[in-house]
Amino acid sequence: MSGQQASTLKDLDAVRAMIRHHKLNDTIFALIGLLALMVGLLTLLTLFIDLLMDGYTRFNAGLFTEFPSRHAAKAGLLSAWVGSLLVMSVTLVTAVPLGVAAGVYLEEYAPKNWFSDVIEINVTNLAGVPSIIYGLLALGLFVYDLGLGQSIQTAGLTLALLILPVVIVNTRESIRAIPVHIREAAYAVGATKWQMVSDHILHYSFGGILTGIIIGMARALGETAPVITIGALTYIAFLPPSPIQPAPPYLNFEWLSSGFTVLPIQMFNWLSRPDHAFHVNAAATGVVIIVVTLLMNGTAIWLRYRIRKNIKW
Amino acid sequence: MQTNNTPLKAEARGLDFYYNGGHKALKGINLPIYEKKITALIGPSGCGKSTFLRCFNRMHDLYPGNVYDGAIVMHPDNTNILAKGVDPIEVRMRISMVFQKPNPFPKSIYENVAYGLRVRGETNKREMDDKVEEALRGAAIWGEVKDRLNEVAFNLSGGQQQRLCIARALATDPEIMLFDEPTSALDPIATASIEELMSELKEKVTILVVTHNMQQAARISDYTAYMYLGELIEFDDTDLMFTKPSRKETEDYITGKFG
Repeated sequence: MSGQQASTLKDLDAVRAMIRHHKLNDTIFALIGLLALMVGLLTLLTLFIDLLMDGYTRFNAGLFTEFPSRHAAKAGLLSAWVGSLLVMSVTLVTAVPLGVAAGVYLEEYAPKNWFSDVIEINVTNLAGVPSIIYGLLALGLFVYDLGLGQSIQTAGLTLALLILPVVIVNTRESIRAIPVHIREAAYAVGATKWQMVSDHILHYSFGGILTGIIIGMARALGETAPVITIGALTYIAFLPPSPIQPAPPYLNFEWLSSGFTVLPIQMFNWLSRPDHAFHVNAAATGVVIIVVTLLMNGTAIWLRYRIRKNIKW
Repeated sequence: MQTNNTPLKAEARGLDFYYNGGHKALKGINLPIYEKKITALIGPSGCGKSTFLRCFNRMHDLYPGNVYDGAIVMHPDNTNILAKGVDPIEVRMRISMVFQKPNPFPKSIYENVAYGLRVRGETNKREMDDKVEEALRGAAIWGEVKDRLNEVAFNLSGGQQQRLCIARALATDPEIMLFDEPTSALDPIATASIEELMSELKEKVTILVVTHNMQQAARISDYTAYMYLGELIEFDDTDLMFTKPSRKETEDYITGKFG
């Protein structure tokens, strides 16, 4: 009896030793993981602080209300941020309906065969195509063939093409995360495919789709190469015509064909000047771009959390 | 088999079913479904009972490559619901289903029940309220949820969720309700309440239930069909089936020698 007790105790000790060992591995991995995270995070933080230190003298209202100027201290981002805003709005209204509809179609409607496999592989690969290639395509197609000019609409459409794969892939993934039994539940009450998609699939995948859109938009905001390729102006001291006007029909679409610049191009322009004073402006612009991008991504994460919190399978 | 005068609600005639890839899961099934009775399908797992059940609302149509052969005829209209020209959605409007695991939508209790009505184009709020209440009463859950119809359905217990799913399947006034092992994910108390509910429901609707629990089949069903390897081995009045099965295989399964 006592022998048995002893052996049980010994076993228990062995078990505890094993658990300690496993926990040690656990701790080691946690440390490695933390280190890995820090490498990325600290590099980014250093970069950001460096930009902040360089550019902080330019942080005042003038940075946002002044046009660029020959005098570095007076130069501002007005035309650049307005340009970015207008280009992004064109991108948004183009990429969202195209991307979401394509994603829903591929996931819910398209027959699963070699053809849809080919499309799937291509869509995923498109996300990895260098952005300057999109710029060249747009220069040929939008600027020359379609005659849209070196304008806001061309830039918006180009960036829409660029982020389309991101929106499609994100849409598909968030749709795929919805379990089959939810679809069956809808079908079993007699829903058509479109009723099932519009009443359930789109609702439950909304968070993921939105995240894809915002992340795509954040990427578009920082893109420089394709916008330069299609011929954005680097020095611009006017604003495009206002989209709203006091007289009927109240909306004015002339701004679509206007020349423009965007934030990263303005930054590039200032950076390429020999005068060091402009480099300060470039740093300040860099900070603005990073902050806006981080805000957009943060919003995406927050929205996803808020929406997913209410949905469980 | 006992002769009786109960009218037929539906009838499987020479039903074969092939899964994508050619596996023949059902072999020449002939089975009558009597109106306002509970018919239980029993048999070891893999015998095709769930496959058979899911033929009744054409669930197999959702996945490509599945093929039906033969007929399931609805009475009194003599429609073969497996016919090419019959829309599976129409079939599902007539025949509703309760699944193995409760699968409420991530929406409010009210919306879960109302969904079948919305799919059918019901927009009248008063009408909808009435039907939702009726279905929830019919599923014996009204008392528990009437004060929190707008709460998310996931706050309900497993048994309550399953009764909510029954209410959803009931709200649209189906002719037949299919139950695919409706209590296998539930505890014994919730199971008892679902069984009691099913016995009440047969006043109004024809029920076809798959169960792997023979006691359950004996307790709730009027007729029992024993399936094995995709074939219907025996069909009879439940009382007769469990006391004097006519086939040796059925007896072995029922007495626990096999399965």
